[in-house]
Amino acid sequence: MSPALVVLIIGILVPFIILISLSMWTRDGFGFDMTPTFENYQRVGTEPIFSTLLARSFWISGIATFFTVLLCYPMAYYVAFHVHRNKMLWIVLMTLPFWTSYLLRVFAWRVILGYEGVINSAFLSMGWIQAPLEFLLYSQTAVIITLAHAWAAFAILPLYVSLEKIDKSLLEAATDLGDGPVRRFLRITLPLSLPGVISACFLIFIPTTGDYITPALLGGPDGVMIGNLIQLQFGPVNNWPMGAALSIVLMLWIGALALVFLFITRKAKDRLA
Amino acid sequence: MNNKDAFISIRDVGKSFGTFQAIENISMDIREGEFFSLLGASGCGKTTLLRMLAGFESVSKGEILIDGQPMSDVPPHERPVNMVFQNYAIFPHLNVAQNIGYGLRKLKLPKAKQNEMIEEMLDLVQLTGYGTRKAHELSGGQRQRIALARALILRPKVLLLDEPLGALDKQLREQMQMELRRLQRSIGITFVFVTHDQEEALTLSDRIAVMAGGEVLQVDTPAALYEQPQTREVASFIGNMNFLDARVTGDINGYASLDVQGIGALNVPRLGKTLSSGDTVCVAVRPEKLILHDKAPSGPEKSIPGTIELVTYLGERSHYHVRVPGCDTAIAISSQNSRMNQPKEVQEGRSVWMTWAPDALIVLER
Repeated sequence: MSPALVVLIIGILVPFIILISLSMWTRDGFGFDMTPTFENYQRVGTEPIFSTLLARSFWISGIATFFTVLLCYPMAYYVAFHVHRNKMLWIVLMTLPFWTSYLLRVFAWRVILGYEGVINSAFLSMGWIQAPLEFLLYSQTAVIITLAHAWAAFAILPLYVSLEKIDKSLLEAATDLGDGPVRRFLRITLPLSLPGVISACFLIFIPTTGDYITPALLGGPDGVMIGNLIQLQFGPVNNWPMGAALSIVLMLWIGALALVFLFITRKAKDRLA
Repeated sequence: MNNKDAFISIRDVGKSFGTFQAIENISMDIREGEFFSLLGASGCGKTTLLRMLAGFESVSKGEILIDGQPMSDVPPHERPVNMVFQNYAIFPHLNVAQNIGYGLRKLKLPKAKQNEMIEEMLDLVQLTGYGTRKAHELSGGQRQRIALARALILRPKVLLLDEPLGALDKQLREQMQMELRRLQRSIGITFVFVTHDQEEALTLSDRIAVMAGGEVLQVDTPAALYEQPQTREVASFIGNMNFLDARVTGDINGYASLDVQGIGALNVPRLGKTLSSGDTVCVAVRPEKLILHDKAPSGPEKSIPGTIELVTYLGERSHYHVRVPGCDTAIAISSQNSRMNQPKEVQEGRSVWMTWAPDALIVLER
């Protein structure tokens, strides 16, 4: 057996089997009843709290993913096409926030978005608002903003790589054949950078859907996500089988959404061409 | 040149990148329907000039007119020119038909008409039936044809070609040369062709501009460039040439009297050059214009004795290096092996005599 296969089995397959079998158990006082059953999955399917939180998680991280890619694309584009020296330095500077601790970044956003935070006090002092904006902190908005910022580095890198790879003579050829800058972008640059866009979306959407730190610290009641619920099951609620079942449902949903997303982008690519 | 048959007019054009002067003050005219080549070693500015015609490089100084229209304010996507790129720049995410039809979108034609035009182009470049192939399934020669078809489908006034045959192997290149020539003749579009291969330029072109160091040395037909190069640089760049140092001693009705190193007094056609006594010049002669004899010729013409230093047998012809007493370098002679007056057994070290036709010699400035 090749070493890679051993690592794969020990690192991924075994824990996954453990997770699946765990999800088939049920809680029994402080221990587990190990008789296999789909009871946990039935609860996830029927009790509205689970589907509400799942849908909200996908909504929040979907929006966060959308804005992250939308904001990072121009940055990556600029470095790929308009910076000619020290490109790597630019990329490093753009991903600099990523060098600090995740928790620190989340707290920094609390300072900025808080009731008496940077934004509110600035707007107040300039007389733009009469009372502090309350929707900034402890809301879905706060979670989306923080997630988008925290994961920007994961978007910039794949976007930059796919844009940088585009042969400049293809752009000249498109211009030569009569395309203005906008049309050229839509017909050449965008389709050719689509692999980068897709991987950026996956790299952000998948981890943010299951994130629980940001919603726990900034979300408030409206910002609670499925990750918080899973964390509760493994923590205070002490219902590991339920947590495992939720994790697997989340995983299946993400897989399904990813397939739909891939299908749509493939269709879009054909349309662009 | 006469301005009225100028289709592309390049007037005092210069281009600088920062402090580097890529093009210095070039003026020339290209005629309609002409196969025109820009020939020069790499870095001579030929590609920069081509890209200025396409609009990818701005013109630092001077003006370019295409079909009477000044191009200064016309962006590249609105110029009546199309280009075949050095690496062909085939769009990798599109198939062959989509590549060829890329530029048609602008023309807003009905779909059926577009498909008809694409089919026509596929026929023209002999790729009938390849429309649905993916870009990565194509060979170098096929990519080249697609790049050509993609540019020609828009019926440009001028087709610009940036070393389009450079990436092909020798056999394919020769085949594509013939095809390019056939295509250009049949559609009558003006071609501006950049190459560093002098043989390719001679084969394909109606006229050639020889460039070096950002300047145009000479613009002429292939035959004129070969037979009457204006400068030593042109003479040495196109084909092989012997150069002999000489000094002007006089001028007799159109002929310059020269004292040539190792040979002595010679009269050479002056070809309109102004020369005065005492000037140091050089005499140039093509290796194939010298005739070898195995004994001293009896005729009245001047002959030079020498010794064979090196013989290179090339099948249909042989190359000889002949050492002439008093000459710094050996003189190269190229001679067809079927010639009757050919020495039967030319061996190294053997004494020979050289003669030449009166118009074989050219006098050039040093």
